[in-house]
Amino acid sequence: MLEVDSLAIDYRTSRGTIHAVDDMSFSLGKGETLGLVGESGSGKSTLGVSIIRLVPYPGVISRGEINVDGESILGLPEDKMRSIRGKRVAYVFQDPMISLDPVKRIGEHFVELIRTHEPNTSKKQAFERTKTVLKDLGIQSERVNDYPHQFSGGMRQRIMIGLAIALNPDLVIADEPTTALDVIVQAKILDLLASLRKTHHMALILISHDLSIILERCDRIIVMYAGHMVEYTTSTELYRSPKHPYTQKLLQSIPNIELSDQRLTAIPGSPPNMLDPPRGCPFWPRCSYAMEICPNKKPPLIDVGSNHLVRCFLYGEVGVRSE
Amino acid sequence: MTEAKMKRSILARIVPQLTSLTRRGPSGWMVIVGIAIVSAIIVMTAVAPWISPHDPNLQVGPIRAPPSLGFPMGTNQLGFDMLSRILFGGSIMLEISVLSVLICFLVGVPLGLFSSYVGGMFDRGFSLVIDAVYAFPGLVIAIAVAAMLGPGVINMALSIAVVYIPSYFRIVRSQVLSIKELTYIEAAKSSGAKWYTILISYVFPNVIPSIIIVATVNFADAVLTAAGLTFIGLGVPYNIPDWGWDLKNGWQFLSSGAWWIITFPGLMIILLALGFTLVGEGLSELLNPKLQR
Repeated sequence: MLEVDSLAIDYRTSRGTIHAVDDMSFSLGKGETLGLVGESGSGKSTLGVSIIRLVPYPGVISRGEINVDGESILGLPEDKMRSIRGKRVAYVFQDPMISLDPVKRIGEHFVELIRTHEPNTSKKQAFERTKTVLKDLGIQSERVNDYPHQFSGGMRQRIMIGLAIALNPDLVIADEPTTALDVIVQAKILDLLASLRKTHHMALILISHDLSIILERCDRIIVMYAGHMVEYTTSTELYRSPKHPYTQKLLQSIPNIELSDQRLTAIPGSPPNMLDPPRGCPFWPRCSYAMEICPNKKPPLIDVGSNHLVRCFLYGEVGVRSE
Repeated sequence: MTEAKMKRSILARIVPQLTSLTRRGPSGWMVIVGIAIVSAIIVMTAVAPWISPHDPNLQVGPIRAPPSLGFPMGTNQLGFDMLSRILFGGSIMLEISVLSVLICFLVGVPLGLFSSYVGGMFDRGFSLVIDAVYAFPGLVIAIAVAAMLGPGVINMALSIAVVYIPSYFRIVRSQVLSIKELTYIEAAKSSGAKWYTILISYVFPNVIPSIIIVATVNFADAVLTAAGLTFIGLGVPYNIPDWGWDLKNGWQFLSSGAWWIITFPGLMIILLALGFTLVGEGLSELLNPKLQR
């Protein structure tokens, strides 16, 4: 239902052009879950908002194609695009504390959303629907008239998720939905998201910097680094045999209960300056396997079998998928 | 619900709010005193026809009579009773200030909202024009506009509005510029809301507190500007009792000792302006958490 083909997004700033997302291709079927994982600045959020065409200024989608249900959205007029946002593709933002209008009651947020896309719904019907959604979220329906500040962070994020699923979208994009919350609430929110996804048969794109969350919750994973897809495979395959040095390092930095005597390792160095990224493979300055070719040539995506793509010269140039 | 019950419930809602104001320190008291002054003047003006001892536009006594039992505030140069004129005279001031605030609100707020939300060259150009008006001394513009339009309540309100529209525009604009970058606006966009829905339903309600503060300050300034305009002869016709008119026509008798003709209207103007200022300053301190200790 979602196809992204060789997508590139640039931020044209006064100090130069930043290639926030480059050469990104993937697809997502109905009801599937995809995880986007990467450091801050790796372009995962930009990729997320590009799917609803809300890349903030001065960002532009400079190349590529995004199809939702076979329909290319990049050429759509604004009002058509609006009918997709919220209705077919919904977005959950990172910080629930500031994602709700402070002077609007919770119910009004829902009524506004429902009536934007279904203008024939009466306010009363919309309110009734809001109450059932709140019940699904585990929030008392009497609280429909409360203001956002009267809810805790976890409850607010549940409300944000409720707003996302209220119109039964085909796809929910959750951009770090639990980063602002503590670990207990985090697990509850992710469980809620998973169960609602199942009952509503939605596809989900989960964006996070936390690989452990993504591994646990997603069928397939895209690892992003400096705007590039460096590895793309199923989560079991990624966990069992990570191929890209960056992914390997990421996995080593997650505490593992079975290997308690293993030291956690950090990835040396820091993410590249996106205004002036390293030539060739953007990861080579931090990579312990860096070879002579790495600073000179951009590695292509290499198919290493069993639905596993990796962008690294370590795996030869056999079976090159795209360059 | 019976009527008595309803009244009680309205009271039950208002009274705790007022008493909670008393617990907010000096700024709370400022608001209370300000509201008390302004409402006292409104009530006084409203009941003037029933409580004033004389017709404010008739010679009822000797000219320039000093305050006495019969004429507690004396009479003016035409022999009109000053007390009656004071009681009646607030209506013009109140009308002008309410009207001018209304006009400012209806023009300045939508312009500010629209211009800053749209942004770009349109916003730049518009801000330039508004800033040019803002840079002029207010009273000079008001005098020019009032002289162009001629006397009358609506014309005076208009000329005062021209001076204060830039304040509304600027405060709304600065607020919108910060609000439109917030996540809940982004979230509204991502839910498919139209741009004007976002503007009216998400941005505007969040600007209201700032507008209220500008409006209360505007009330006080409107009163003083109206008095100034009347004083230089751009006010209302003489047969309408007005504090400003009394000031204008009474000051030349000050040298002959008739202090009462201008003192009482002058005090009333100051009192009304003070009332509005107290509400405005108090509210701006209450609504701005950064000013609270």
